[in-house]
Amino acid sequence: MSIWYAICDILPIPMLHWDFMKNALLALLLMAPLFGLMSTMIVTGRMSFFSDALGHSAFTGIAIGSIFGLAFPIWGAVGFSVMFALLFSYVRSRSNQAADTIIGVFSSTAVALGIFVATLGGGSFTKYNKYLIGDILSVTPEEIVLLALVLICVVIFWILFSNRLSLTAIHPQLASSRGIPVGLSQTLFTVAIAVVVTLSISSVGLLILNSLLVLPAASARNVSRNLKEYHLLSVLFALFAGIGGLTVSYYLGSSAGAAISLILAGIFAVTFGLRKVRG
Amino acid sequence: MRFSLHGGPCGHSCCLRVENVSVTIGSDPILQNINLHVHCGEMVALIGPNGAGKSTFLKTILGQQEYDGIIAFSEPGKRSKKPRIGYVPQSPAFDPSDPLSVADLFACCMSRRPAFLGLSGSMRELVAECLERVHGEDLIDKRVGTLSGGELQRVLLALALEPLPNILILDEPLSGVDIEGMENLMDMLDEIRKTYDLSILMTTHDFSMLDRYADQVVLIDRQVLISGKPETVLNSPEFSQAFHMKGGRA
Repeated sequence: MSIWYAICDILPIPMLHWDFMKNALLALLLMAPLFGLMSTMIVTGRMSFFSDALGHSAFTGIAIGSIFGLAFPIWGAVGFSVMFALLFSYVRSRSNQAADTIIGVFSSTAVALGIFVATLGGGSFTKYNKYLIGDILSVTPEEIVLLALVLICVVIFWILFSNRLSLTAIHPQLASSRGIPVGLSQTLFTVAIAVVVTLSISSVGLLILNSLLVLPAASARNVSRNLKEYHLLSVLFALFAGIGGLTVSYYLGSSAGAAISLILAGIFAVTFGLRKVRG
Repeated sequence: MRFSLHGGPCGHSCCLRVENVSVTIGSDPILQNINLHVHCGEMVALIGPNGAGKSTFLKTILGQQEYDGIIAFSEPGKRSKKPRIGYVPQSPAFDPSDPLSVADLFACCMSRRPAFLGLSGSMRELVAECLERVHGEDLIDKRVGTLSGGELQRVLLALALEPLPNILILDEPLSGVDIEGMENLMDMLDEIRKTYDLSILMTTHDFSMLDRYADQVVLIDRQVLISGKPETVLNSPEFSQAFHMKGGRA
């Protein structure tokens, strides 16, 4: 962290005079490639709504962890989210109902359970607000280290499994005929989303998380002709929105998460207008 | 039930042997006592009205569906540990908005190097060679979603032929392809099976090409109604009953 602080001090950027801004910028520089990458597979696999549901289940896990007095409720939340993801995969594979219907069932149940547990015995819901709205400016060095570790794990996972995951997301039957264990691949990716979403939610909140998990790839998809451009643009859009949103929020005094989400929405609008250029 | 590694007791060298295969989903019997032999270098067309169980049958051969009975593969003079199946799926299953080039599709199937990093020189050469087999060299950088029906079938065929399979299975390869494209595709399949002595099993709703290209036609409607030479099956009362009375596309 001290090296990062030293670099920030050299840069002639007034907003980086503050330690909380240095932390927030570093956290966003780690999160952008992390979510930019995951976003590509979430959008291709039509799991946007699912990642949103997982965010809610993570919040429920944190509430349950707090109630049971866990020292680190975030690990309780990881366990709950993974269980939620596995149960969802199981039910989806054995139900003939549409995936979005099953996601709706799980999402509303998770939210209801979270609020029920958090308010049990007249408890206040206010302390959980940071998980819903998030505040990137209050991210701690410990949380940044956790984000860095998650990023390293996701990059390794991506290098090893992205071809199989892509083919499974694009055409499961074709993937199966090429010897790819489709069910296992889908479950593995589902669990990976659950872990990443849950570990990130305490530092960034559900709002930034969902916008970063869907909008970068949705925008990149409008103008990409191949997987290389798709991944590259998704990561670049996430980086641009992260840095841009933080800067806008500093100078206008607005919420950083909302600014990031709005910039991503703007990028989507521009790329939507340009979508015919890709051919 | 698992795939058997042994060949069949039929007179010819038998590549695929299906004996008394039944599939039940829930309490619904989808397929009942299906028997089918596909010999090496033979082209077999599987036809039947909508809901006859053709797709379920292909899924069963691909190992994606539980079944009762025997499905056995063999190669003359060889025994493979596991049958290599070249599968050409029905083309509309691809999302036209996917940012996926033809080269990416091959890389995802054949390369260990992540496709999102781009193709290595040797992989690009291999993809070009595969596409050359189906006269599709110029398609390598095209997006899969922008290909015409005929182009997509050729790309999927090239993919199914690498590595060279024991049997090639095509799900409705002629749907969404214009008349000229159909002839080109069937000529190509004919050339491929002769060149590689490859067995081909395909489902189709288009019967106009069967006389010229298929060695055997199998009409199913949850069970085998009739099988044999194209002219025998297409002129049979079972065929008329299955399609004319049930409103299928004859």
